[in-house]
Amino acid sequence: MIEKTVAEITAALNAGDISSVELTQAYLDRIIRFNDDLNAFITVCTDSALSQAKKADEKRAKGDTSPLLGIPLAHKDIFCTNGVTTSCGSRMLQNFVAPYDATIVEKLYQAGVVMLGKTNMDEFAMGSSNETSYFGPAKNPWDTARVPGGSSGGSAVAVAADLCAVATGTDTGGSIRQPAAFCGITGFKPSYGRVSRWGMIAFASSLDQAGSLSKTAEDAALMTNVMAGLDRKDSTSIDKPVEDYTASLSNSLDGLKIGIPKQHFAEGLSSEVEQAIREALVEYENLGAIIKEIDLPNNHLSVSVYYVIAPAEASANLSRYDGVRYGYRCEDPADLEDMYKRTRSEGFGEEVKRRIMVGTYALSAGFYDAYYRKAQKIRRLIKNDFVDAFKEVDVIIGPTSPHTAFEIGSKTDPVTMYLEDIYTIAVNLAGLPGISIPVGTAEGLPVGMHIVGNDFAEAKVLNVAHLFQQQTDWHRFKPTAFEKES
Amino acid sequence: MEWETVIGLEVHVQLSTKSKLFSGTASQFGAEPNTQANIYDLALPGVLPVLNEEALKHAVKFGLAINASISKTSVFDRKNYFYPDLPKGYQISQLDFPTVGKGSLMINLEDGSEKVIGVTRAHMEEDAGKSLHEDFHGMSGIDLNRAGTPLLEIVSEPDLRNAKEAVAYLKKLHSIILYLDISDAIMAQGSMRCDANVSIRPKGEIELGTRTEIKNINSFRFVEKAINYEVQRQQEVIQDGSRVVQETRLYDAELNETRSMRSKEVANDYRYFPEPDLLPIVIDQAFIDSIRETLPELPDAKKARFVKEFGLNDYDASVITNNRDMAEYFESVTRDSGDAKLAANWITGDLQALLNKNNWEITESPIQAYRLAQLIARIKDNTISGKIAKRIFEGMIEDSSSVDDIIEEAGLKQVTDSGEIEKLVDEVIDNNPDQVQQFREGKQQVLSYLVGQAMKLSRGKANPNQVNQFLRNKLK
Repeated sequence: MIEKTVAEITAALNAGDISSVELTQAYLDRIIRFNDDLNAFITVCTDSALSQAKKADEKRAKGDTSPLLGIPLAHKDIFCTNGVTTSCGSRMLQNFVAPYDATIVEKLYQAGVVMLGKTNMDEFAMGSSNETSYFGPAKNPWDTARVPGGSSGGSAVAVAADLCAVATGTDTGGSIRQPAAFCGITGFKPSYGRVSRWGMIAFASSLDQAGSLSKTAEDAALMTNVMAGLDRKDSTSIDKPVEDYTASLSNSLDGLKIGIPKQHFAEGLSSEVEQAIREALVEYENLGAIIKEIDLPNNHLSVSVYYVIAPAEASANLSRYDGVRYGYRCEDPADLEDMYKRTRSEGFGEEVKRRIMVGTYALSAGFYDAYYRKAQKIRRLIKNDFVDAFKEVDVIIGPTSPHTAFEIGSKTDPVTMYLEDIYTIAVNLAGLPGISIPVGTAEGLPVGMHIVGNDFAEAKVLNVAHLFQQQTDWHRFKPTAFEKES
Repeated sequence: MEWETVIGLEVHVQLSTKSKLFSGTASQFGAEPNTQANIYDLALPGVLPVLNEEALKHAVKFGLAINASISKTSVFDRKNYFYPDLPKGYQISQLDFPTVGKGSLMINLEDGSEKVIGVTRAHMEEDAGKSLHEDFHGMSGIDLNRAGTPLLEIVSEPDLRNAKEAVAYLKKLHSIILYLDISDAIMAQGSMRCDANVSIRPKGEIELGTRTEIKNINSFRFVEKAINYEVQRQQEVIQDGSRVVQETRLYDAELNETRSMRSKEVANDYRYFPEPDLLPIVIDQAFIDSIRETLPELPDAKKARFVKEFGLNDYDASVITNNRDMAEYFESVTRDSGDAKLAANWITGDLQALLNKNNWEITESPIQAYRLAQLIARIKDNTISGKIAKRIFEGMIEDSSSVDDIIEEAGLKQVTDSGEIEKLVDEVIDNNPDQVQQFREGKQQVLSYLVGQAMKLSRGKANPNQVNQFLRNKLK
């Protein structure tokens, strides 16, 4: 059962084939068995998970058949969870226990999910490999010498290795979609503003968006149904009705216009990844879709723009970690300045400090116009490219990442690492919904395909992803090392 | 050389909203430390700001009251700096697109003339908490009750030319804010704070001199003293052949001097950028109009009306309308007594003196408007003389019974009986033959002496007009 999708598990729960307690115990057993190898979880909540599962079973016995009732899931350790440590992958918050639940945590609890624990991540979501985590990198279940991607690496690993049925993640520049691609699962980032950011620890406020890591697009739709919606506690959340994202999953794709950005099939893309994507496109043509090359002329600027805006916002967002009220504080500070300096030097890792420095510089007097203001202007151009493109096509498809998962420790130059998100970053800058689904393998490692929709076209993106998964079995491919126990 | 002083004021007003600017926490003054700080105010990871619409309404209301342009779109920015009582490590403020743009207000100068003072802008921002440096065994304490309370920062143009104008401006601002009921505006409690930018230049010069910013001025009186001190200091600096340094200076009220703060403070780079957690505030004309409808009659308009409708002189009208409660008190006394002139005289005279002496607000006056109106009514119907009325007024402070009872009890009812007055007058004539003689010889001034004697004889109770009349008749 642990390898099944949320939709399938729910059917089994409703049929009485298994209880949520049994299921939860099965996942907990696997976490105990494999987490040392995979480092997917930072915190495991055995007792509370079992008691939540028990409650879910009781509700079901009373006739409640809510879609996520009793489903064991994992939260990225960036979401505040009342009474449970929320570390954000950092020494700074290693012992921080939030006194409140993030809105999505609360919503998922209300839907009846079971929280198995909190998953590993790049520190403050800053990274594309999980290697910046204070708790060490999560490992890719397809090859534990390789990274799972990041920053939601722990969530991707947990779903791919069947340590949970589904997981939450956040995506600022590709942090859900890239690890989903590397781990061979489905990673969905809704439009900016679709899901509340309250209780989600901020990295770059204008880019951060919560989403899900799941086995299928259908599961992503089930998660989005619960997570999406206006939240008065988040001023940037959108007052727009939430659709039933499962309703249109099977809509025909006959006549669907798919845009292929020529910039995403250019230099830097591995030929095997390209081949897998091209083959997937043939599936869509078989479903009646029309493929059309499009131009995103400013796309090449997106990484540069992102690495001005995101660090700038981060430099302010991370100022609150000063050792005064909570979190890490250095030993025996001599005075206030010493406390600030040592607390932040010791509490933050290298990559976080690098980005704080970059962001502080970009906002400094004399540099603001050249960096921050200019980046905002280009951000608008990048958005306009998409606006123009969506006048001609319904979705945009390309690779999620230029290559498959790379080896741990192999990328030491920060800029090389930043280029990991070259296909995903523009989508965050434009605030659009995007999904990565597995469409093949290259040398035994999963290849992810990226489907991008127009503003708030979540339903369309999920529909396009779902029909592919109805035609193919790539989403059923499993890393053999962590197969189901007999 | 003759110098000209140029002053601009930055005034912070704490908006009296039920909750803070971006969180639902209450913001009462004087609560136990850290009892008015929720997870947002503590800047816990993951929290987000939500604008308090009441604060926005207050800001717009102020803007409309000074005829300022109201921005249909305004933007919050982050002002970054580290300080223990600033929990987020940045203050949410408004830099390039404040809610309230250019406006102006009128001040009254001592010579009776008026002067228009420009207001550059007014913007919303959150207040910081307080650092407490005592009683913590070598550590500092942080109280975050004030952190996040809404402030309106009102920036004037450098239109003020001396300390007295600065005080007049600040008082007018204070008056308008109280009329609008958007802040307690109590300087001693910090709900109204004033920083003064001061520079001097040779008279006739157009270029502005180098300015200093004076902080920590917490009363109207200190505004005047601090500016005067600073002007004097700058003149001395220049006359000594040195230059004024652009810096922030702290006013020390005990020593009556300004002192330089660390120059580092001035070199701060706040790295402002638009607050990504808040969308731009977009308001429409209907919103602005709905707030305009709630505007009360403001001091200038009320003053003009009092002059026109009640025939008050400029000075009395100014004093009375300076305070909204005072103006209401006056209107109430006038309505009940039917005599605006007497009402104004009593209020600006004896009543004001009483309030000043006890440091009372008009709303705390032991003599309520209806009682002062009764007193005035008794003067008008000749029950008591004006002079006796002052004694009754004194009695009314302690005695809350009716004015008539107090008059009765004190036996101070005016004597208007002709027979009694005639007897008094006869007695005075008999007792003062010399003066009577002088009057008859044409020395008119003596009459007032004789009237005085009669009043004295009656212990003030005789109606002076009647006494006067009888004396004139008898001495013909």
